[in-house]
Amino acid sequence: MKILVAVKRVVDHNVRIRVRPDGSGVETNGVRMSMNPFCKHAVEAAVQLAEAGQASEIVVVSIGPKAANDVILTALAMGAHRGLLIETDDNLETLAIAKLLARVVAEEQPDLVLLGKQAVDDDSNHVGQMLAALTDRPQATFASAIKLSGGALEVTREVDYGRETLALPLPAIVTADLRLNNPRNAALPMVMKARAKPLALRPAAEFGVDLAPRLRIENISPPPERVAGQIVGSVADLAARIAAEIDAMEAS
Amino acid sequence: MAVLVLAELDNGILSPATARIVAAAAQLGPVDLLVPGPHAAAEAAAGIAGIAKVMVSDTDLLAESLVALVSTLAVRYRYLVSSASTLGKDVMPRLAGTLDIQPVTDIVAIEGENRFTRPIYAGNALETVIDNQARHVLTFRASAFRPAASGNAAPIETIDSPTASAARFIAAHRSESDVPDLATAQIVVGGGVAVGSTEGFQLIEKLGKTLGAAIGATRAAVDAGFAPNDWQIGQTGKIIAPDLYIAIGISGALQHLAGIQGARKIIAINADAEAPLVKIADLALIGDLFEIVPQLTAELERLGVKR
Ligand SMILES: Cc1cc2nc3c(=O)[nH]c(=O)nc-3n(C[C@H](O)[C@H](O)[C@H](O)COP(=O)(O)OP(=O)(O)OC[C@H]3O[C@@H](n4cnc5c(N)ncnc54)[C@H](O)[C@@H]3O)c2cc1C
Repeated sequence: MKILVAVKRVVDHNVRIRVRPDGSGVETNGVRMSMNPFCKHAVEAAVQLAEAGQASEIVVVSIGPKAANDVILTALAMGAHRGLLIETDDNLETLAIAKLLARVVAEEQPDLVLLGKQAVDDDSNHVGQMLAALTDRPQATFASAIKLSGGALEVTREVDYGRETLALPLPAIVTADLRLNNPRNAALPMVMKARAKPLALRPAAEFGVDLAPRLRIENISPPPERVAGQIVGSVADLAARIAAEIDAMEAS
Repeated sequence: MAVLVLAELDNGILSPATARIVAAAAQLGPVDLLVPGPHAAAEAAAGIAGIAKVMVSDTDLLAESLVALVSTLAVRYRYLVSSASTLGKDVMPRLAGTLDIQPVTDIVAIEGENRFTRPIYAGNALETVIDNQARHVLTFRASAFRPAASGNAAPIETIDSPTASAARFIAAHRSESDVPDLATAQIVVGGGVAVGSTEGFQLIEKLGKTLGAAIGATRAAVDAGFAPNDWQIGQTGKIIAPDLYIAIGISGALQHLAGIQGARKIIAINADAEAPLVKIADLALIGDLFEIVPQLTAELERLGVKR
């Protein structure tokens, strides 16, 4: 089985972001960047399938600026075999990203495409599902377990009511949730080895996809701030305050 | 211009989110509701104020089938809308891909007929976008909107189910409970990893029961196996907007705060006065949750609080 994994370079999830005062966006200059956590779970899932002898090749693709090479190298160090950077300095919308990935799917013909369920910058949670539409493949989003048996996938998904299990014929698209696995930290020798693995770079324009944005971002603002309230002194005090709160709630 | 809303079902029953999504969608135009489930759910839905017509199709809830179903109706509508639930998140981007539309999702405010606000970066920024496409694919966060009233009697029309999905449903693993729906609850009690065990969570649940509250948890508590995954509140869990949120043994990581920004009042019970959650809480009690929570439940019962 051949697996394609899509990964995104984002502001590191531990960074407390700052909204630019002019409303033009979030400050990303001089901010630590890393692989989107959900993409890491997708890479780890692919590597585990390869280690179990169920996948023969893992191709990892990222769409972004030259610096996104970093996250491809991270994936290669984790165990992916070859990388592709589709280079663009534009902040592409999810539909354009899905269209570029659909071109890669057409070229590479993977049996399985793994992606993170969402990116922690725009929190969109679109790309896997859109790619599934564009390639007319079945999808399983928010995966917390993946099993390959008899040429079909059994995927457990985390949903609002609990969990559910689906069977998917291959080829298919799966997006990873956080409880899918524990992504490894690649040891130094693997990081060194990753540098020797093939990593192609192709400009986004080469794919013949319309990348023009459909939406206009008018403004980006910080959320209303919450300020510290009061520390109460005792359980009795807290209980009285909660009871009063509930009275007020029921009166309104 | 006409709006098609995809109803939210759980186990064949209309979820409380639907009335909220209908109320939000009604700001954009007359609403038709598509109920992908049994006729009884359609009957319940027909009572929601603001709905012009209910369409019902007893299909499976897999993305491919639902997209096929909605696509056949799409030409008649300017807006295709659902809740930003796991169902809506699964279906609407696939629909958008099929129709060549860039979707706008997790909308928390409708600023105009094509102007919407949505949180990004786990709610640490709000983005206002203008969507000038001819047709719009949107999801709304149920917690950000008030429910529509009831008392309607919209006509119900049965429509054919299209082709089935290539994916096949095998099993549902449902956490059975009689507590209110987390995403729409008026009071929520949440527990963190400090609660320590599933037995520890019984203390949280007992307090919740006294308050008639829904129960939530942090990712750390779910990962540790103390609470089921559908209790998780936050960036990757559920978004809540109760009148009152009581956070117990929860530090207040960015990703957790992402889920509680809509809470009107927040109360923190934490051993650490410096915890980020204490810093944003309206009220906080500093101390050991294992002492405080049983005492608090008893004291509330003594005060006659019962919901
Ligand atoms: C991509 C990504 C997505 C994430 N999504 C989510 C999400 O959706 N939801 C979420 O919740 N997290 C999420 N997380 C995890 C998040 O970063 C935190 O790790 C998590 O919220 C911490 O949970 P916690 O507050 O239970 O644990 P901790 O941070 O360990 O806090 C425990 C708290 O309990 C207090 N405490 C300890 N003992 C006691 C006691 N006896 N009595 C009273 N208080 C006590 C401590 O003072 C501390 O404040 C995500 C992380 C990542 C990387």
